[in-house]
Order: sequence, then structure tokens, then C-alpha cells
Amino acid sequence: MLRSLKGYLVLLAIAAPVLIASAAVQPPPPSDDEVNAIAHQLYCPVCENVPLDVCPTQACAQWRATIREKLAQGWSEVQIKDYFVEQYGARVLATPPARGLNWLVYVLPPVAFLAGAFVLYRAFRSWGQTPEPLVPTAPDADGDPYVARLEEELRRRS
Amino acid sequence: MLANLGYFSLVLTFVAALYGAGAAAYGAVRRKPALVESARHAMLLTWPLVTLGALSIIALLVGRHYEVKYVAAVTSNAMPTYLKVTALWGGQAGSLVFWSWLLSAFATAASLRRWERDREFLPWVIVVTMITLAFFISLVIFFENPFQRLWQTLDGRQVSALFQPNGAIPLFPTDGQGLNPLLRHPGMVIHPPMLYLGFVSFVIPYAFAIAALVTRRTDDRWIRITRRWTLVAWLFLSLGLILGGRWAYDVLGWGGYWGWDPVEIAAFMPWLTGTAFLHSVMIQEKRGMLKHWNMLLIILTYSLVIFGTFLTRSGVLSSVHAFAQSAIGPMFFGFIGLTFVVSVSLLMNRWGELRGENYLGSVFARESLFLLNNLLFMGILVVCFWGVLFPLISELFTGQKVTVGPPFYERATGPLWVGLLFLMGVAPLSAYGATSWRSLGRGLWKLLLLSLIVPAALYFSGVTLAGALVGYWLIGFVAIVTLVEFWRGALARHRRHAENLPLAFWRMAIRNRRRYGGYIIHLGVVLMAIGIIGIEMFQTETQGTLARGESLSLGRYTLTYESLAQFDTADGRNVARAVVQVSRDGRYLGDLYPRRDFYYASQQPMTIPGVRSSLQDDFYVLLVGWEPIAQEGATFKIYHNPAVNFVWMGGLIFIAATLLAAWPTREFDALREAATARAVVARA
Amino acid sequence: MNRGTQRSGSTFVGVVSGESHGLMTDKSTLDAVVPPRPSQWGVILVWVFVLGLLAVVGLGLIRAQQGNIGVGARAPDFQLTTFNGSTVEMADVQGQVVVINFWASWCIPCEQEAVELETAHQLFKDQGVVFLGVNYVDTEPEALAYLDRFGITYDNGPDLGTRISQAFRIRGVPETYIVGRDGRLAHVKIGPYESLSEIQTAVNASMEE
Repeated sequence: MLRSLKGYLVLLAIAAPVLIASAAVQPPPPSDDEVNAIAHQLYCPVCENVPLDVCPTQACAQWRATIREKLAQGWSEVQIKDYFVEQYGARVLATPPARGLNWLVYVLPPVAFLAGAFVLYRAFRSWGQTPEPLVPTAPDADGDPYVARLEEELRRRS
Repeated sequence: MLANLGYFSLVLTFVAALYGAGAAAYGAVRRKPALVESARHAMLLTWPLVTLGALSIIALLVGRHYEVKYVAAVTSNAMPTYLKVTALWGGQAGSLVFWSWLLSAFATAASLRRWERDREFLPWVIVVTMITLAFFISLVIFFENPFQRLWQTLDGRQVSALFQPNGAIPLFPTDGQGLNPLLRHPGMVIHPPMLYLGFVSFVIPYAFAIAALVTRRTDDRWIRITRRWTLVAWLFLSLGLILGGRWAYDVLGWGGYWGWDPVEIAAFMPWLTGTAFLHSVMIQEKRGMLKHWNMLLIILTYSLVIFGTFLTRSGVLSSVHAFAQSAIGPMFFGFIGLTFVVSVSLLMNRWGELRGENYLGSVFARESLFLLNNLLFMGILVVCFWGVLFPLISELFTGQKVTVGPPFYERATGPLWVGLLFLMGVAPLSAYGATSWRSLGRGLWKLLLLSLIVPAALYFSGVTLAGALVGYWLIGFVAIVTLVEFWRGALARHRRHAENLPLAFWRMAIRNRRRYGGYIIHLGVVLMAIGIIGIEMFQTETQGTLARGESLSLGRYTLTYESLAQFDTADGRNVARAVVQVSRDGRYLGDLYPRRDFYYASQQPMTIPGVRSSLQDDFYVLLVGWEPIAQEGATFKIYHNPAVNFVWMGGLIFIAATLLAAWPTREFDALREAATARAVVARA
Repeated sequence: MNRGTQRSGSTFVGVVSGESHGLMTDKSTLDAVVPPRPSQWGVILVWVFVLGLLAVVGLGLIRAQQGNIGVGARAPDFQLTTFNGSTVEMADVQGQVVVINFWASWCIPCEQEAVELETAHQLFKDQGVVFLGVNYVDTEPEALAYLDRFGITYDNGPDLGTRISQAFRIRGVPETYIVGRDGRLAHVKIGPYESLSEIQTAVNASMEE
């Protein structure tokens, strides 16, 4: 009996470190780059218009630590961003979430550009209607050849 | 005392400006030239008076008069003298005085010209400039007074006031707060003055435009007079923006130069309309068209200058750049309202008189391309304006605060910039008044195809990003077109005048400063675009914590942490300075010294990067953190910025070429004056 | 479409005013008699834009100048989910004196008043005064550590989405708002309390109203 007990003890002594080691092995903590990749897309809730990955304040360091923690727990990027929005409001995102009134942000510039292009098109159309051949601005020559030549020279030079 | 002297001279300036505006307006309406002349004298008086005010502030700043609140706020014993002088624009109150000083200087300079042919403009130019000056001075003397002193009242409170409150005793602090550490960098010293120069000089073309509207002088006389002013204003604004970017890159420590911050955009918007204006006035001068549009553009540019100044100083927008909130917001709001309403009403009233003299031939004429250029610039302006305004609208109407950040601006303006790049290449090939696409098309296709060499070469050397390939293709296209234009022009001149080619090139450029200066500016822009695409699309970064002797790699580069020293300096800061070794592909390149400064007085940290610059890239190292006790481990952030130095190089060429284009040419001006004089006589 | 009559002035903004003018074909004659005006739509659009912009900016300015809500204003309704998991609503504490303190773990001045606030809470507990702590823009582990450090026992919760602080329009931390029994603000303190007696005075005054 003692011999078998000693055998078990020996076995345990060999196996124990292996078991403990395998239990202790964890995935490596998220690297700074992984944290920064997400922090880059978020904005500091307190300091205005400063991205979270460059903000030097202590509060921002805490938020980056939160991102690291969540990444270590296996959260995805989308989950982490949603968490930040829930905690601190929509202003932590780099662009307004496309909901409700925020659609206006994305819609207005292209609409305005198209409207401008349309106005330009109409202007071209109306100008292009003239049958007159294009002449330069009528020089006020009154027959003075010197002035006419000078005007022409000026036009050529500028 | 000095403070009272300064304050009093500003009060006198205010009175003189108001009198000048009133007398000029009355004199113009009632046709009393003597009154207008008196108004002009009042205007001439404002500059020496404001100079006296500004000099008093500088004397107080340099003389350590910490009993004056402004001096205590922006200077300290530890600051060197030159920085104390620049502290004039380091705070709200002083910068308003600086603005006023520049405005009165420009108004005076504009008035020192021969007015014979344009007598009717003078009173209205005085009215516009003096009302603006009176407004800015009123902000200083009534709200943001840099001459207020510190007093202690009977119940122990500290107040600031110009004159001694009842029962209070004056305070004489022995040291001041000191200038914001971010403002102590040489780039920061010069960036605000350049921007202010740009902003303020746009008042002059605006004043002449209003004068032209009021007096119904709807020809392009006002444009010809202010052509150089506009170019110089645009030059300073561009320089201010480029310097701001360089400063941000050197000192702010986030590896970039433009953050699409609302205040940056507020300074950028007048530049957009100003550039559009520069192009479209050429059409009015050549073909007498687009008079309404040019009026609108200059009104818009000036309005954006005032609006941008308002946004920065009123507290409506929150930004790292913004000045502290103050009572000048409502005053500014009133002034903006006045400017908008008056300018727009005047323009609409005189709309019919701004008749065009010509019509457009076809879409392929140069005028049309300039109009397309304007459309694109206005498109970018709309994106910027809307992005700045939207957070305010969102908060007002839904109560929700949102951020409109770089991804929005980059995605929305990207295609528009590409369009502008393309136009820069097409426009030199076009002709004024052309009627068909044939003249344009032939040259265009050949050069477009030729420039495909550039993206092809890049593709085969490993670049596969579509956006970059398109961008570099267009850059190659513009460069080739512009260089061909130079070649053709020089060759023609060489043949005609038998000059050797370099001389022919030089003579040609000098005689056509505007055109060839413009082409060189475009080349400068193209160089900047090379750098911008490089850093925006190909920047890589990494961060890591290293123990002494350990290394961190990014691409071909390796960083090895050598040592870190922490010490206090004489000018009141604590410096943590790391020494790191840089090598590329295993070869040692040199040492860099990224550091972190902490200013005791203002409790503000600053991260200064260690940068290794070369033509093809920058290796940019930041000291992000370290273990203070052991000073063993330190955290570094590395950025690799390809081609970024092309931005600064291109900027330099851009500015130099603008100077070339703006430089007065005596013989040409004399020629022009003589011809126009003759024409006037002939017309009479 | 008669080409001879399709003319207009050099309009740019707004729609081209291409009306048929019948007999008049010469643009300059036409313009001499009837100078072209900017089109109706153009004018309306421009004025709507200018006035709209001024209105928006003016409202923004008013709001920026407003500052936090002041004494006498109705206390905003809010919902606070505490760190313990319970929910406190304004309706729950109706009729009582409520001391609402905004704080953050990264806020150094907040530490000055932390212990005094807890002591005041203990003193006023039996008199029906409710103390609530609103944790502004903070991280939970640091917040709990802060509460632990100063031994704070009254209810504290994070300001989710910064809704509560926006309702009170706070401009920084720490700020304390004391709501009287009538549901209106009786006392507002910007910055940390200097001493326990200051808190006591404020609370007593609010109870009297």
C-alpha cells in the first residue's frame, strides 16, 4: 500500500507542474496596437475632438485600459464601440450614427452638390443658346489704333 | 500709467473710427468732398493710435507688470523676452488688439494710393473698414480689456477692473501664469500672425466690392484695384494654414498635421472660397462675365472670415483650439447678422446692374473649366460648413451631442479633391472662348495615357491601393501637362527671340507672372498632394513597452530603447527625455530623442516627438509613458509616414510661386495704366 | 423654342429667367428697359438660408451662454441605475430633499468633498434627505475604487450616455444640485464644498423652503 501511495505521489509530483502550468497559460493580453486600433475610432468623451488613442489625460488612459480589458474578455470591436456609446453617448463615435436626424449629415452635401451642378448646367444651356460668335470685350477704341493694339497686347500678356 | 495710456489710445481709436465711418457715409451721400477728406484723416489717425495701444501691451508684457490681469495670464518670469512679445496674441484680449492693429494698417495702406479715377470708392471703403475696426475695438474696450488690473476688495475677493474699485487695494503678483506651453514653439509664434494677416487682408477686397455695389460701378475696376490684395491675402492665409499643419505635426504629438477640428475648418473655409474667387475673377477680367458670382464669392469669403472668428471666440463650438468663452459672443453675432443682411440686400438690389458682357461658348472652354473648379470648391465648402454646423443643430433639435470627425470629411471631400486634381491638368490645355471638344480632346487623351506610366510603375513596385494609384496617376498627369506648357512656351519664345532656352523660360515667366506663377503654384500643390496621399493612405503605426535595450519594429525600421533621463529645466518644466536608436534593414541610422515636458505653472504636459526625416518618409517616435521610479520600461509609439516631407516642400514652392505671381511689375503696371487712361479719355 | 428669344442676363445663382419676350430679340435693348432681377426662387432660398443660419447660431449662442440650470428651476426628470443594480427615479424621491452630486474618479477636486458628503449623508439620513451621486463619464472599476476609498455608502450610479449631466447642463465636475421638497432646485454649488458646515447650511436651507 505504501508503495502504491508513493507511486501515486511520484505521479502527482510529475503531473502537478504540468497541470498547473496548463491551467495558468492564458492567451496573451491584447497588444497596444490592437487597443489603439479601436481607440483611434473613438473620441475622448471629456476633451473635445481628441481621438482616444492620442489623448494624454489620465481619464483617457483609463478608457484605453477598459478597451484592453474588454478585448481580453473576447469582446468584438463592434461590441466595444456599442458599449462606449451606451456609457458615454453618441459623441464618442467619429461620425454620427445614421439614425433619425443624423441622416441629414450624410444626405445634404451630395444633394447640395447636385443642385449646384444642376444650376451650372442650366447656366451653360442658357449661355450656349446665343447665336452670336464670341467676341472679346469690345474695346473702346473709337478708332484709336494705339488703344486697340494696347488692349490686345494686354490681353495676350495676362 | 502705461495701462491707462494704452486703454485711452484705444478709446480714441474707437471714436476716430466711428467718426470716420459716419463722416465718410454722410459726405458721400450729400456730396461733400471736404467731409470725406476729413474722414480719411480720421482713418489715417487710427493706425498710430492702435500702434500706441499695442506697444503699451507689449511694454507691459515685457516689463513683468503682473498687476495687469492679461500680463499675469500669458507671461511668466521663466519665459524668454521674444516669447513675451508674441504673448500679445497669446490670449483673447491681446489677439483682438492685434487684429485691430492689422486692420488699421491695411486700411491705411489701401488709402495711400492714387484715387483720381476711383474717387467714388473712397468713402465707402472707409465706411466698411472703419465700421469693422470700430467693432473689434469695441470688443476690446468694453468686454475683453487687456489693461484691466488686479485688485483685492475689502472682503478678500480678487477682482479685475480698469479703475480702482471702492476700497480695494492694488495687487502686485510676483509671477504670472505663463503662456500656454503649446504656444511656445517657433511655428506657433508665427502661425497666428500669418492667419490673422490673411483674414484681415480680405477686408480690403470686400470693402471695394461693397463700394462698387453702392456706387453702381459695376465694371471690374474694383477687381483690378484689389487683385494684388486678394492674392496677398490668399498667400498669408495659405501660409498660416501650412504653418499650422507643420506646428501640429512637430509639437502636438499625434503623428498628423490636420485633424479636421472645427476651428481648423473655420480657418479653412475662407481659403476655399478665396481660391475659387482667385480663379473666377480671371474670367471676369478676361471676358466680363460672372459679375454676380464674383460679388457673391467675395462677400462669402469675408463673411466666412468673420464667421470663423466668431466660432472660435464665442464658445458656440467646443474645440481644443477655441478661446475661453466670453461675453463677446452676442456682440459678434450682431456684427455677423449685420454683415450678412447688408451685403446680401445690397447685392440683390444692384443685381440687375451687374450685367455680363459675354456668353459662354461651350463646356470645353477655359471659362467653363474654371466654373467647374468653382463648383468643386463650393462642394468642399458645403461639406466643411455642414460638418461644423451639424453638431450644433443636432444638439439644438434632438438634444443629442454628436461628433463629426475626419472620416466624414475625408470620404465626402475625397472625390471632389480628385476632380480638382483632374481639372488642374485639363485647364492649361484649354483656351478661352473655345467652342468644341476637339481642341481639348486631342492633347488631353495623349497626356492622360502618357501619365499612366506613373501608376503602372507604382503597381509593379507593390502599391495596389486603388485610391493611391488614381491619385498618383492624376498627379503625374498634372505635372506632365504643366511641364509641357512650360516647354512649349519657352520653345516658342526661344524660336521667336533667339534666346537660349533658360533665358527664354525666365523671360516668359516674368512677363506672364500670373499664368506661369499659377502653373508653378499648381506644381507646388501637386507636390503637396504626393505627400498627403503618402501619409494618409500609407501611414503605419505601432506601440509597445520596452525595457532598456529592447527593440520594437515597424516595417523595415527598428527602434531600440537606450536610456531615459528625467530632469527639471530653468523655464519651469520637468522633462523626461528618452534616447532611442533607429535602424533600417539592420543598418544603424542614428539616435532620436522623444520627450515629454510637463509645465509646472499650467499643469500641462506636452509630447515632443523624435523624428528622422528623409525625402521618402519620416520615422516618428513618441514617448508615451515610462516607469518613473525604476525608469526601466518605457512605452513608445512609432509612426511611419511615407512621403510626408513632400507636403512641406510643396508648400514652400507654393508660397514662393504665389509671391512671384503677386510681385508688382513696374513696366506692366505702367503700360496698363497708360492704356486704361487712354481708353477713358477716348470714351469721354 | 425660339432661339432668338431665349436670352437671359448673366444669372448664376437661381434659375435662369428664360422667358419668352416676344418681339424683343436684342438683349441689350431688353436689359435697358427691364433690368434682370434675381429670380424669385433664388431670392427666397438665399434669405431662408441666411436667416436660418442666424437663427441656428443665435440659439446655439444662447444655449452656450446659459450655463447650468439655476436655483428655482424645476429639477429635470432622470433615471439613475446605481452600481448595486437598483434604479432611482426622480419620481421615487418626490417630496424629499435630494442632494445630487456629480463626480468622477479622475477629478482631483472631487476628492476634497468626498468624505464630507458621506458624513453629511449620515447626519441627514434620518431627516429624510436623500443623497445621490452621479458618476460622470468614468470607468466602473475606478469609480468603485473611489467609492471604496472614501467609504461612500449612499447610492451612486454612472451617468449613462451623459443624459443626466446634459439635463442639468453641468459644465464640469464636481457640481452639486440640491432639490427642495417642491421639486425645484433650492441650491446649486459649482466646485467642491469647502467644509462640512457648508454642506449642512445648504441642506438645512433647502429643507426649510
